[in-house]
Amino acid sequence: MTRMRETVIHTDRLTKRFGNFTAVDHISFDVGRGEIFGFLGANGAGKTTAMRMLCGLSRPTEGSGSVAGYDIATQPEMVKRNIGYMSQRFSLYEDLKVWENLRLFGGIYGLGARQTATKTDEMLCRLGLEGERDTLVKALPLGWKQKLAFSVAIFHKPRVVFLDEPTGGVDPAARRRFWELIYSAADSGITVFVTTHYMDEAEYCDRVSIMVDGRIEALDRPAALKRQFEAPTMDEVFRRLARKATRQSD
Amino acid sequence: MLKYLLEKEFKQIVRNTFLSKMMVILPIMTIVVFPYVTSQEVTDVKVCIVDNDHSQASQRLAQKVEASGCFSVAGYEPTYGEAMKGIEEGSADIVLEIPRGFAKSRGRGEEPQVTVAANSVNGVRGGLGSQYLSAVIAAFAAEEGGSEARAAQGMAAGAGPATLYRYNPTLDYKVFMVPGLIAVLITLLCCALTALNIVGEKEAGTIEQINVTPVPKSLFILAKLMPNWAIGMLSLSFGVAFAWAVHGISPLQGLPSIVLFSAVYILVASAMGMVISNYSDTMQQAMFLMFFFLILMMLTCGLFTPIESMPEWAQKITTLNPMRYFTRAMRLAYLRGSSPAELARELMWLGGFAVVLNAWAVASYKKSN
Repeated sequence: MTRMRETVIHTDRLTKRFGNFTAVDHISFDVGRGEIFGFLGANGAGKTTAMRMLCGLSRPTEGSGSVAGYDIATQPEMVKRNIGYMSQRFSLYEDLKVWENLRLFGGIYGLGARQTATKTDEMLCRLGLEGERDTLVKALPLGWKQKLAFSVAIFHKPRVVFLDEPTGGVDPAARRRFWELIYSAADSGITVFVTTHYMDEAEYCDRVSIMVDGRIEALDRPAALKRQFEAPTMDEVFRRLARKATRQSD
Repeated sequence: MLKYLLEKEFKQIVRNTFLSKMMVILPIMTIVVFPYVTSQEVTDVKVCIVDNDHSQASQRLAQKVEASGCFSVAGYEPTYGEAMKGIEEGSADIVLEIPRGFAKSRGRGEEPQVTVAANSVNGVRGGLGSQYLSAVIAAFAAEEGGSEARAAQGMAAGAGPATLYRYNPTLDYKVFMVPGLIAVLITLLCCALTALNIVGEKEAGTIEQINVTPVPKSLFILAKLMPNWAIGMLSLSFGVAFAWAVHGISPLQGLPSIVLFSAVYILVASAMGMVISNYSDTMQQAMFLMFFFLILMMLTCGLFTPIESMPEWAQKITTLNPMRYFTRAMRLAYLRGSSPAELARELMWLGGFAVVLNAWAVASYKKSN
């Protein structure tokens, strides 16, 4: 990735304060179409708050930002039409069946019953979950739930998908399979904005930013960051930066 | 979009086994069991008799007390002091002391004084018990004095007025309570269902998933409101059916009023639950808030104590209690068969509450912060 393609996410000194506490402190960056953007940082560094602002769930205190061409402060509902979101907490309806969850979210984004039905079959086939169509979501293993939640988040072909620590608590094999899904989504032109604590996953990203105490301390391709910090792995890069943190992690 | 949201709500309701149990058990508890336990009719007052006279007249009085049906004789004690011990120990509620020379002074045409001492720790029991007892004594005095007319009324001596109780001729406590308890049932069920449903989504994190979608706030709330409305109407029918089957209380011509008022009131109660859920993050918080308001509402709605006998300032507070209007409308519809037109004032108040509270629910539901 040499020159930036079409910009899908843009922030300019985006800031969020809660009282005296500045959770996100003047962050500025751009993310291009189809890019996989890793958003790293220690616990409490402000990642989730920043992501919530970009999703239109939280209003910025200062600065500005746009997602898919819409201003996050003034047009949050337009932003919401064009994004998918998968939160830290697994959040599909556990008491609905797999197909019912898909039907609900398809309906919410205005896909129509027939289109939803065909897409559901396609998607379950691709995930290898054809047999689980009529299973209640709560009966699925965590790894499957995560794959399903991701598929729901991109079901309506959003321009950007936000993933907040999507692979917490599953084994490395499941994580790898999950990243295959991320790659195929990015290949189809969906921009992926992902937070993670796993540094091996950071290596999979096109570019990563590392947040320390609400500020972005480093932003580049993983290879370039390793060179800049003269570190053999992203793990080492992260540790060197995180050492500077004064904020207590939670 | 609404179609899909409603579909989701109904599927979740049908799969929720706890909910379906609640919908049957709650009407049974409130309509079948509560009328008995909330009865304020005082029966079986325990009387301890101290007969200092030991005459035929005093024994006749004691028998009359025993035969009245309201009292059971806890025992005969030789002195007032010993009888008081019974009250202190809780084995007696009232002491009736017949003075020495009771029969003699009656024979002389005087009105001898008997002493009634009631334990008023339980005010209702003590107060009503001593009133009943006075009535029995008065009737005894009248009978023995030969004036049958006064005795027939069984009321305190004097030119007692003839009373005709309209709409509830036998003054049956249940007839009076059941319509109010249906109001309690609907309040409890609709308020709790809505509050817990939405806070449940908060705790599961699914509400955040909805908040990042373009679902409009009002649509989301409407989708929560409609199934609850259906559940409320269903439990109303259970309540009305139980009241008829168990207590033989049927709503006369009041049914249109009952249905109309319930239809509006369910919107009020659900909106209240929604407002509560919007200000709570956890089930516990929602429960505490809900109990706080529900208890206040029940105590000031005129169900257990008449609003007219509350102090002026308290009466003013009750005007802000939607349950007050609903309870009154239900009672009038049940007991008097009032039509919606006759209850227009109550209907206007409830309609106002429905509009204000639902607007508040939509306004306080934040998709972003």
